[in-house]
Amino acid sequence: MAELSTWESLPIAGAVRPSGAPRTKTGGWRTGEKPAVDVSLCVNCLLCWLYCPDSAVTLSGETFTGFDLEYCKGCGICADVCPVAAIEMVPE
Amino acid sequence: MTDVRLLTGGEAVAHAMRQIDPDVVPVYPITPQTPIIQTFAKLIADGEASTEIVNVESEHSAMSAAIGAALAGGRTMTATSSQGLALMAEVVYIAASMRAPIVMALGNRALSGPINIHCDHSDSMLIRDSGVVQLFAESAQDAYDLTVMAPRIAEDARVLLPVLVCLDGFTITHSAEPVSLLPDDEVARFVGPYRLRNAVLDTTRPTTQGPFAMPDYYFELRRQQAAALEAALDVLEEVAAEFELLSRRRVGALEAYRLEDATRAIVALGSTAGTVKDVVDELRDEHEAAGLLRLVSFRPFPSAAIAAALEGCASVAVLDRADSPGGTPPLHAELAAALYGSDLELAGHVYGLGGRELHPPDVREIFRGAAAPYVGLRGERCPV
Repeated sequence: MAELSTWESLPIAGAVRPSGAPRTKTGGWRTGEKPAVDVSLCVNCLLCWLYCPDSAVTLSGETFTGFDLEYCKGCGICADVCPVAAIEMVPE
Repeated sequence: MTDVRLLTGGEAVAHAMRQIDPDVVPVYPITPQTPIIQTFAKLIADGEASTEIVNVESEHSAMSAAIGAALAGGRTMTATSSQGLALMAEVVYIAASMRAPIVMALGNRALSGPINIHCDHSDSMLIRDSGVVQLFAESAQDAYDLTVMAPRIAEDARVLLPVLVCLDGFTITHSAEPVSLLPDDEVARFVGPYRLRNAVLDTTRPTTQGPFAMPDYYFELRRQQAAALEAALDVLEEVAAEFELLSRRRVGALEAYRLEDATRAIVALGSTAGTVKDVVDELRDEHEAAGLLRLVSFRPFPSAAIAAALEGCASVAVLDRADSPGGTPPLHAELAAALYGSDLELAGHVYGLGGRELHPPDVREIFRGAAAPYVGLRGERCPV
């Protein structure tokens, strides 16, 4: 591990710049279920993308492509807000 | 041309806010602060300022919104008193630790209970160690001057901390006196534009602010915050010197009043200093070598300057408008530490709790060394 900064050398208020922050994957915290999607039903309304508290819905441009399970916590909000029931929570 | 108006301290602060024209003011009303925001809101409604007032549901929310606004890149001010500050206290610590340069007017009022709306400094002392700058006004003029100076201190790159301008509830907030206002354009030039490095809405330089700090970093970040508060002492004097060029009034960390050859001195905060000055003048007419050391800056505490200013005194009485049950009142404790090793005699007095008046004869008794530890209290003399 790198040497820890002194109080004089830390950024003011400990503000963290993206370059210095480890991008820890948090999908390991998911408990029980993960979302599964039937893309043929998806109407690309992007409500799941809007509501996902972990920004774990992936897009290509403005088109829904799926879920980033490295960050998904399995909360099921996406399945709940999906207006066409294209998303189903399934066991891991 | 000099613009002298008959204003209460609350109105004087509101006019300073009008001239500063902050971007955002999240605020919740509470006596005796209310005249500040009431006057300011009217000035906005009259088109004299363009600030966005955020009507929040509590002081906790007021300070939370203030942090967001200040760190997003907007100059931010607010105001509160007493229970409002108590409710806000949790977030005041966070504002300081996030180094949010918020300016806040504090209409000093006794903390409950019993519930009371009048002046003492228990609200200020509640957040003594939160890491914010606390400057105490003696008069409405002082409250105006300190409010104009405050953004410059708060936003200085060496400081970046909330600055509280404390004005005694009712005695200053509600009492009208002649106040000399600077021209609007001079205040605008003096405070300058708000520029915050690391503003969170700068999408070209994204940052995470207010991160979790574990045992490996918390201590360092607290030390960094303390260093910023210590640096505020120099910044205050620099800003005071610059302000003096504009106003010909000097409000620095402390004011020595007829102290140069004084053998007996009183140390006090806030409007009480005015009463003490009158008594000093009377005593001087009677050939008594009395003087006053008025502290403007309670945080940061100007220990070295205080020790130097009191060097020639044989006895010093320190007046606390807040008690510390079971301990030593805050100003007394600070003075004792600042004067440690000196052979002058230091006496501490608590006075004025919950708006109890301090009269000139009380001040004479204090100067004579004949006053009880609790000045103006009915009942048996306190044994300690």
